[in-house]
Amino acid sequence: MRFVPALILTITALFLVSCSQDSPVNRATKQKVLLMGNTAEPRGLDPHIVSGVLENNIIRGLFEGLVIEHPSKDGIALPGVAESWGPTDPKNPVEWIFNLRKDAKWSDGVPLTADDFLFSFKRILTPELGSEYSFMLYYIIGAEDFHKGKTKDFSTVKVSAPDSHTLKVNLRSPIPFLPEITKHYTWFPVPKHIIEKHGKPEDRFNPWTKPQNIQSNGAFTLKSWKLNDHIEIQRNPLYWDTENVALNGIRFLPISNSFTEDRMFYNEQLHITYTIAPDLIEYSRKNFKDMTRNEFYFGTYFIRCNVKKGPLQDVRIREALSITINQQDIIDYVTMGNQSPAAGIVPPFAGYNSPGNIKFDPEKGGELLDEAGYPEGNGFPKINFLTTDRESSKRLAEALQAMWKKYLGIEISIQQMEWTSYLNTMMSKDYDLAAGGWIGDYMDPLTFLDMWIKDGGNNRTNWSNEKFEELLGEAERTAGQKERYQILGRAEKLFLDERPILPIYWYTRNYLIHNHVKGWDPLILDNHPYKFLDLVAD
Amino acid sequence: MLKYILQRLLQGLLVMLALYTIVFFLVGWMPGDPFSSNEKNISPEVRENMKKAWGLDKPLWQQYLIYPKNLITEGSLGVSTEKNRPVWDIILQSFPASLILGISALFIAVGIGVPIGILSATKKNTAIDYGGMAIAMIGICIPSFIIGPVLQLTLAAKIPALKIAGWGHPLDIILPSITLGLGTAAYLARLTRGSMLEILNQDYIRTAKAKGLKTFTVVIKHALRGGLLPSVAFIGPAFAALISGSFIVETIFQVPGMGQHFVNAAIKRDPFVLRGVVLFYGLLIVFMNLAADLIAAALNPRIRLEKT
Repeated sequence: MRFVPALILTITALFLVSCSQDSPVNRATKQKVLLMGNTAEPRGLDPHIVSGVLENNIIRGLFEGLVIEHPSKDGIALPGVAESWGPTDPKNPVEWIFNLRKDAKWSDGVPLTADDFLFSFKRILTPELGSEYSFMLYYIIGAEDFHKGKTKDFSTVKVSAPDSHTLKVNLRSPIPFLPEITKHYTWFPVPKHIIEKHGKPEDRFNPWTKPQNIQSNGAFTLKSWKLNDHIEIQRNPLYWDTENVALNGIRFLPISNSFTEDRMFYNEQLHITYTIAPDLIEYSRKNFKDMTRNEFYFGTYFIRCNVKKGPLQDVRIREALSITINQQDIIDYVTMGNQSPAAGIVPPFAGYNSPGNIKFDPEKGGELLDEAGYPEGNGFPKINFLTTDRESSKRLAEALQAMWKKYLGIEISIQQMEWTSYLNTMMSKDYDLAAGGWIGDYMDPLTFLDMWIKDGGNNRTNWSNEKFEELLGEAERTAGQKERYQILGRAEKLFLDERPILPIYWYTRNYLIHNHVKGWDPLILDNHPYKFLDLVAD
Repeated sequence: MLKYILQRLLQGLLVMLALYTIVFFLVGWMPGDPFSSNEKNISPEVRENMKKAWGLDKPLWQQYLIYPKNLITEGSLGVSTEKNRPVWDIILQSFPASLILGISALFIAVGIGVPIGILSATKKNTAIDYGGMAIAMIGICIPSFIIGPVLQLTLAAKIPALKIAGWGHPLDIILPSITLGLGTAAYLARLTRGSMLEILNQDYIRTAKAKGLKTFTVVIKHALRGGLLPSVAFIGPAFAALISGSFIVETIFQVPGMGQHFVNAAIKRDPFVLRGVVLFYGLLIVFMNLAADLIAAALNPRIRLEKT
């Protein structure tokens, strides 16, 4: 039985080793390396190829656009590659000039010029590249036609470089919030000299983002990338503002299991988590009170109605379904993430308040159903509710099923599908009701409204309305922010009156953040500029 | 012997071909394509260009022929539609972690399972036997998604040297390999006990005992050789299963292994990764089975390879 002493020895050794060790968080804080949960392995690091939030988290560290986010204020642009910027005519912001800083460089020392931006815009709009997010540049005159292959002549796209440090952009309509849009990574510069060195610019498989090849212009450069293990970025000594960058690096960990991620945080292995598992929110609030954050996030959860199918063609029925959803109960007992009941589709943010006033009103719901010819739900055909195969989706669907049974006396059947099948069923409009959500791309109501145009790829409800599209068109031609918001408000009101979707809640982001992290303030788009962060042990 | 091996390899080739055909068409018939797994819709123009980039715009039968052709002529398994990188790159980067995890899980499985099995068989119908088999039963019944978090909460949270999850330090191997190996250990224990009981009732064991040999010697020298045969046959494919990765253990302990690629590629409809990992796994099983048979033949002279 030599096994037992050996085991005891091993365990003692483990304890001894561990006693002399700092926790990973303490060590990382000393090294000023931020440890961040980032949910999954990114699809890539090429800003022209990717389309997700987790890729965005890494790309924002590596690359810098014309302007950057303010660390604590939403909708404010700070200088990035551009030192100054503005429309030539503030009353009609269709032509914008960006003055690029002279000391902007790539991480290999090659100067970054307006030519890199032109190259980037051309690359992302080249049809053969197959960029998913290229529509973010459609605001530029000629961009859509070029991207859709109607012309092969890039000079029809109205961007130009009057000199090597000036970028001129001509828009197809006045857009006062253009700097907000340029914060999106689709507008970031990519290194022309590196991409051309490693292959054709329009080749999706161009290996320029491999660790040994990539050069970037942001506050950080790529240090190491191990598949499904980590991506680490490190301070870029050639970044124009590097003396004001406090962090030496950031390590992104692709932790897909949120329970594991939270436990890693509790055990001092992470500075910031991507999320908190709903079942652990209460525990976190109790035990890690000052590190548990709950912040407003620019997204809406809702249910799509197929307005050309069965009883849902009747707007009264859609409204009845909508107002018999007890949003607060869903938030309190199902999602448990302290979200806000959604009165409309656009979440409220500085300057814009949704005109929607959707509220729980079971009595009125019953009356509407009665008017529509189904008193107390009698004779109402069974409709299906399409959702994903996640446990949380099931819980939500069952709550809705019970609410509609209770308040309207109608039956729905729940149809759970694996993710891709769910999306395909929704796109082929083979459903009655379908769960869905939307996260805004930039700070403007339009990011929640323009998807509902006729045959829009993300509409999927069969709903369309000419007046609604007229209003969007009118907003597009309006330069003043206030008037624009008013018009968009009217469009949202019209949309909600027709109720092709049933809003449930406005998102919040629940996550854990260690108190060593300084300079991380709530931002509605959650795009925290890393250059302003610091790590200080208490 | 050589003839037998060649014969088995030829069979293996046929198995691989059948596997490829089944996987290819199953993937081809799944609803949706790799470019429709994003919440935000892709315009038809972009979708066409993406399909072209991956050669997915060609008819299915052409794709069916192109894939093996590229594999043979260029050694290419294609490029992942989801991760935008070569499938070989994904396999080569993730297989080492799976291999290390699988080998240590196998050590745990054999180290725990076989002794428990032998002990239970020799002490048949005693407290040791019942205790051992109860543990084995529990090991089979409790899934790894319970064992993993329990180990995290009991061991990792208490012993600072053990991390909750992560991969990089040698100590990081301990918890995931216990989680992964325990089920196999339990199965091995039952298998070993069963075959040992059979052997211990044989005449030659009784003879050995009658000659006055110690129980220990009888078990180790005489019974074990025959008693381990079923376990050896089982270990081959079990080892292939262990080293090809486990989605659950990998996600719980944040191990950068191969298992998650099976599941994620299926969800994301990534045809190249799916084919690549399935074929790789198939190849592993074919070889492990062959290895298990060869070892069994070495252990048991009654198995004549030439005649099979």
